[in-house]
Amino acid sequence: MAEEKVSRRDFLLYAMGGWAAVGLGGVLYAMYKTWEPLPEVKAAGVVKFDLSKVKPGQMKVVQWRGKPVFVLRLTPEMKKCSNRVIKNEYVVVVGICTHLGCIPNWEPDRQIFKCPCHGGEYDACGVNTFGPPPRPLDIPPFKIEGNTIVLGEAGPEYEKMMKG
Amino acid sequence: MEKKGGFMGWLDKRLAVDSLWKVMMSEYYLPKNINFLWSFGVLTMLVFVILVISGIFVLMYYKPDSHMAFDSVNKTIMMDVAYGWVFRHVHAVAASIMFLVLFVHMGRGIYYGSYKAPREVVWVTGFILFVLMAATAFTGYLLPWGQMSYWAAQTITTLFSKIPFIGPDLVIWIRGNYIVEDATLTRFFALHVTLLPALILVFTAVHLYAVRIVGSNNEDGIPMTKEEKKEKGIPFWPVFMSKEYFVMSVFLLFFFYLVFFNYNFAMDPINFQPADYLQTPPHIYPEWYFLAFYEVLRGFFFSEALGLIAFVLSMFIPLFLPWLDTSPYPYVSGKHRPMFKVIWWIFVADFVALTILGKLPPTGLFAWIGFVTSIIYFIFFIALPIIAAIEKKKVATGGGR
Repeated sequence: MAEEKVSRRDFLLYAMGGWAAVGLGGVLYAMYKTWEPLPEVKAAGVVKFDLSKVKPGQMKVVQWRGKPVFVLRLTPEMKKCSNRVIKNEYVVVVGICTHLGCIPNWEPDRQIFKCPCHGGEYDACGVNTFGPPPRPLDIPPFKIEGNTIVLGEAGPEYEKMMKG
Repeated sequence: MEKKGGFMGWLDKRLAVDSLWKVMMSEYYLPKNINFLWSFGVLTMLVFVILVISGIFVLMYYKPDSHMAFDSVNKTIMMDVAYGWVFRHVHAVAASIMFLVLFVHMGRGIYYGSYKAPREVVWVTGFILFVLMAATAFTGYLLPWGQMSYWAAQTITTLFSKIPFIGPDLVIWIRGNYIVEDATLTRFFALHVTLLPALILVFTAVHLYAVRIVGSNNEDGIPMTKEEKKEKGIPFWPVFMSKEYFVMSVFLLFFFYLVFFNYNFAMDPINFQPADYLQTPPHIYPEWYFLAFYEVLRGFFFSEALGLIAFVLSMFIPLFLPWLDTSPYPYVSGKHRPMFKVIWWIFVADFVALTILGKLPPTGLFAWIGFVTSIIYFIFFIALPIIAAIEKKKVATGGGR
């Protein structure tokens, strides 16, 4: 009876199993898609900000995709930031600690960003100098239009910064 | 056995409730040499029932919407609903006390070797229950939409972004947004009130079933057969339960003292500010029952990757206790294992120290103490196989017992 290994019943079982697997896959895929951000969230869009509104030495917070973006205008006395500065005087970084996602505070007297959660510190350029943060504060994709910065669109300045 | 008539007889014919009752309650024999710490299993059940009932009442007025959640809890339930404050405080205090009871229950299990053969399944299902409770507490904590609960959710979900390759996308998927937002609240709400409690019920059933099969351990860790227990032991129902009623009464005194006079211990003042996703509170820390694991996470303050690995390990390493401790002693209880006793007490002291440190700011000396205590946490698990090996040698040379 060796040649009758796959009987009619076995075949039906395999067919049903295969079909059920397809169904299960579809269900799992639908479940996966259900938890994705809604279209309106995805289209969170592009934020424009006039850089000249920030006075030298001042730090302003711009909201982008629900995240705070720090815009710090450096004064000539402040630390120079190679390759992390826009138009030679603006530091634009996502204000979310690269460790666990808290929002660091700008301490003007020490000229650092200090994260309250786990004591991480970043210098004025947003580069991590102490504590658990593994990397500098992220730079959001941006485009420069005159004095206006467009957050959420990667322009040539941004591409250059990411490469160098 | 002569069958009784009436409704119970009718039901027994259809559902065999008599046999079930015997296996689960009246013919489940417990050894006499167990102490009050064995009562904490029943206490977890009691607290779970309190949580479900108070939860249902809180649920009736809660609004799972990021614009309404904070007020529905802090205004509607606390001020407008008659006795709403009782249910809120009962729910919050019970959630907190659940972990105290669980820690004692697990600590007792570890000290007396209740995780060892043949009780591995009891230990594993119990550990799964602990993880499910932690997930339930975490998802429930976000619901009042206060500052502390919001930032707890923000940081803990960010942890997933450290998983290689899929991390950043995974976090957005879990949150349903780039930050913790309404989508996160509603899905946490759904998990907190449906799936997670249902899973807890299922695993509680398996946990209890597993205990009924292998029987309860005892203070001396003497292995006893079912027959021996039947002769020397006491039935769970009604004899052992009569003692449990006393323990439950004392526990409820303590519990309602907390609910009515000291409910604040479970509530952080910062959580009475509505969630603000542009402002992190100056110090953020989890609820007290997660502080020890949280301290392990930041204990390795100089390296993010090490801290994360240690954190995940600290949560899940207890699962492997039955296989780390391969001691050949016939008495599995820590009572008769001097070396085990020492490291167990060091472990408990270290866990308390981690819990305290977790609340302190992570700077200067505290950072270093946190680092040392984090390492001591793991020494217990590393020492177990070593102690077991020494004990093996002792048994071979006729020492031990």
